[in-house]
Amino acid sequence: MSEEYILEMQDIVKEFPGVRALKGVQLKVRPGTVHTLMGENGAGKSTLMKCLIGIQPPTSGKIIFDGKEVEFKNPLQAMNCGITMIHQELSPVPERTVCENLWLGRFPMKNPLICDHKRARQEALDLFQKWKLDLNPDDMMKDLTVAKQQMVEIAKAVSYDTKVVIMDEPTSALTETEVEHLFSIIADLKSKNVAIIYISHKMDEIFRISDDITVFRDGEYVGTDRAANLDVDKLVTMMVGRQVGNMFPKVDCPIGDVILEVKDLASGRAFEHVSFDLHRGEILGFAGLVGAGRTEVVETIFGIRQKTAGQIFINGKEVHIKSPEDAIKNKIGLLTEDRRGNGIFGLLDITENTVMANLKNYGFPQNHKKMKEDAIKWNKAMRTKTPSMEQKIMNLSGGNQQKVLVARWLLLDPDILIVDEPTRGIDVGAKAEIHSIITKLAGEGKAIIMISSELPEVSGMADRMIVMYEGHMMGILDRNREGDTPFDSDEVMKYAHGEKNDFATAK
Amino acid sequence: MEATKKGFDFKKFMSDNAMWFVLIILAVALTIVRPAFLSIANLTTLFTSESIKGIITCGVCWTILSKGIDLGPGSVAALSAVISASFVQSDDALSRLHSIHLPAIVAIVLAMLIGAVVGIIIGWLVAYTHIHPFIATLGSQLICRALAKMYSSAPVSNLDEGFRNFAIYKVAGIPMVVFIFLLIFIISWFMMTQCRFGKNIFAIGGNDQAARVAGINVEKNLVLTYMWSGICAGLAGALLAARTDSADPSTNGLQYEFDAIAAATVGGTSQTGGVCRMSGVMSGILVLGVINNGLVLLGANDNLTQIIKGLIIVGAVVVDMRKNAKKP
Ligand SMILES: Nc1ncnc2c1ncn2[C@@H]1O[C@H](COP(=O)(O)OP(=O)(O)OP(=O)(O)O)[C@@H](O)[C@H]1O
Ligand SMILES: [Mg+2]
Repeated sequence: MSEEYILEMQDIVKEFPGVRALKGVQLKVRPGTVHTLMGENGAGKSTLMKCLIGIQPPTSGKIIFDGKEVEFKNPLQAMNCGITMIHQELSPVPERTVCENLWLGRFPMKNPLICDHKRARQEALDLFQKWKLDLNPDDMMKDLTVAKQQMVEIAKAVSYDTKVVIMDEPTSALTETEVEHLFSIIADLKSKNVAIIYISHKMDEIFRISDDITVFRDGEYVGTDRAANLDVDKLVTMMVGRQVGNMFPKVDCPIGDVILEVKDLASGRAFEHVSFDLHRGEILGFAGLVGAGRTEVVETIFGIRQKTAGQIFINGKEVHIKSPEDAIKNKIGLLTEDRRGNGIFGLLDITENTVMANLKNYGFPQNHKKMKEDAIKWNKAMRTKTPSMEQKIMNLSGGNQQKVLVARWLLLDPDILIVDEPTRGIDVGAKAEIHSIITKLAGEGKAIIMISSELPEVSGMADRMIVMYEGHMMGILDRNREGDTPFDSDEVMKYAHGEKNDFATAK
Repeated sequence: MEATKKGFDFKKFMSDNAMWFVLIILAVALTIVRPAFLSIANLTTLFTSESIKGIITCGVCWTILSKGIDLGPGSVAALSAVISASFVQSDDALSRLHSIHLPAIVAIVLAMLIGAVVGIIIGWLVAYTHIHPFIATLGSQLICRALAKMYSSAPVSNLDEGFRNFAIYKVAGIPMVVFIFLLIFIISWFMMTQCRFGKNIFAIGGNDQAARVAGINVEKNLVLTYMWSGICAGLAGALLAARTDSADPSTNGLQYEFDAIAAATVGGTSQTGGVCRMSGVMSGILVLGVINNGLVLLGANDNLTQIIKGLIIVGAVVVDMRKNAKKP
């Protein structure tokens, strides 16, 4: 029977100090298939993969790969045996070129001493051509968009002579066209009898490409089945152990006065001529492709970037926001998109991370008891999964880190809450919760700006939608409250690709 | 997005080589005020006096590249200077520490070995116990200086001609120490650009997690980095003794590490790790050398020299930070 599987993991247990992340799980992967791993944030998906390739050796358990029992000491061994991984939370080496990042740790050599730069470049070009990747080996990694950086990671993973490729949430930073491209790469790999272990929270993707699906819950194995035998509801029930209601629990609430008005805002060449107003009780969605300049707009409103033109009014008065501190004083909160870069304080614990933007409310000397109470309250509301409030946030799963950050801004109680990709990497259950919290906040008269690259999310939640393309506003759409579809997605895509522009003259 | 244009990127060229332009401007200005600056004799003096610090810089820049620092080299140089010198004292020297006599080349190798051992210990501490390199090398700075003084309380002098020739023997009017510096520089450049070791250190300094996951043995490479810095410091110590015919445990190499860190930093080696170019390092060494030399020519006092050096270092880092800052 072991012939049938390229990889078998049995009874894998992984313990961290104070946490039992995996409690004896199993995974059986057939060659030439896409095997999706599903589970809530913190279920142990990434941990299992790290056990497999030798980053964090399992506490106990058995791994059979290609008919032999194996135990990889480090990722290099795993790669050389034919298992590569695209990591969920790994940034590249920013100050080096694409080429050097591609050959990291295994640069082609002329002889044992001297590197072969010419061959490295040529092989990189060949590789990019073979997989039709639009990458230039000489570009600096730091100059690339996140999506392109991710494509480099993908190129790296397929450049080995692999039998198994692990993809841990590979699409969270990709635009639609790139996702399609990735899927064609996956199809190609399958035809070469390579197995893919795919981790994602995006249901539509999963059902498009999966052959088999394995579900974990809280470090335990729930079950494995053919994708054809499952549907979204069944899968969600397996994952969460309960039924999740409406994904987009939008409640129409009365729209109040204008609270924020932005006039002709620009910041360098990142974006220009952005004008809109935002009302109390309104959810204003920002749609567009990754890299359209949406993040830059909200960073400018929040004072992370400096505006080079335009005006911002709050409650009718012009404000000059030069730093996030000014923004917070004006009761604006921003949940940033780049959670590792400017969100979490990795070495601090959950309580500290939760209260961080709000320290002045705890008096002098700081009231630690109240801090902890608040942190517990809001993380409970977010259903953050953690062994204790003293856990370093660094040790939480990606999705749970995000929940702590949402809790931070909820605690601050801003009038204007800006959320940039609030549900990136968040499981379905929590996604629905974040959506319902956002709706509730709007109902309390707060104004919300929501950026998301997932169109269904913006459509499901927004009262109005601004679509951006390459740093310019293309259109402002109103929610259609009567019909079934609040926004016409074909039309939104036309704006998002720059094929339609309501402001063409404003340029 | 758009097809990247190949060819010459003027802006990048300017910002990459900014210090070379500063160097040229400084040199031109000095030559106008003091024509003697450009004389062969003065340039030889300039190179000779910067060579030993230059060798140390070739080691220290690697530790900075790996996102660390090395504060030890000055003291390591003193230690290796007194020990290696004590093995090459002339038979007629007045006070001899011991009567063992070694061939000059063996003494030089011994000096490098001492540096290597210290470097390996520091590298091991940094890599495996994760103490901050600042602290680890602060320790080695204090300990090596004390060991040097314990080894010999007085300067070790009266050294063999053969040993001294490693620093002072002249080829085409240029002292040997300059050639050794150039050799070390070329080795350093070669390792950084042509060998896998260099690429590994760039990766470790830039993002150690990514390096680890790519299968790079981070610990081993860190040990090698500090070992290389130690070897450079050890060699510098022996040459220091050879040049002055005396190894002084209390003053040899004093504060050389700061000059080396300054030169590397001025030359564009980023304290945030992962960025270093040997050509930049050379420009840093030369800019500081020209400033030292020029201020002597101008008759400025020592304190003024220190102030100007301090300003240049801070200025260079400010420029560096601005260059790497998020664009508006
Ligand atoms: N180094 C560590 N120390 C302590 N606990 C850890 C460590 N790494 C992971 N954990 C814990 O292990 C559990 C599983 O985390 P893991 O990252 O595998 O989740 P995941 O299923 O990948 O979730 P996500 O969908 O959010 O990425 C979490 O509860 C996390 O807190
Ligand atoms: Mg994960």
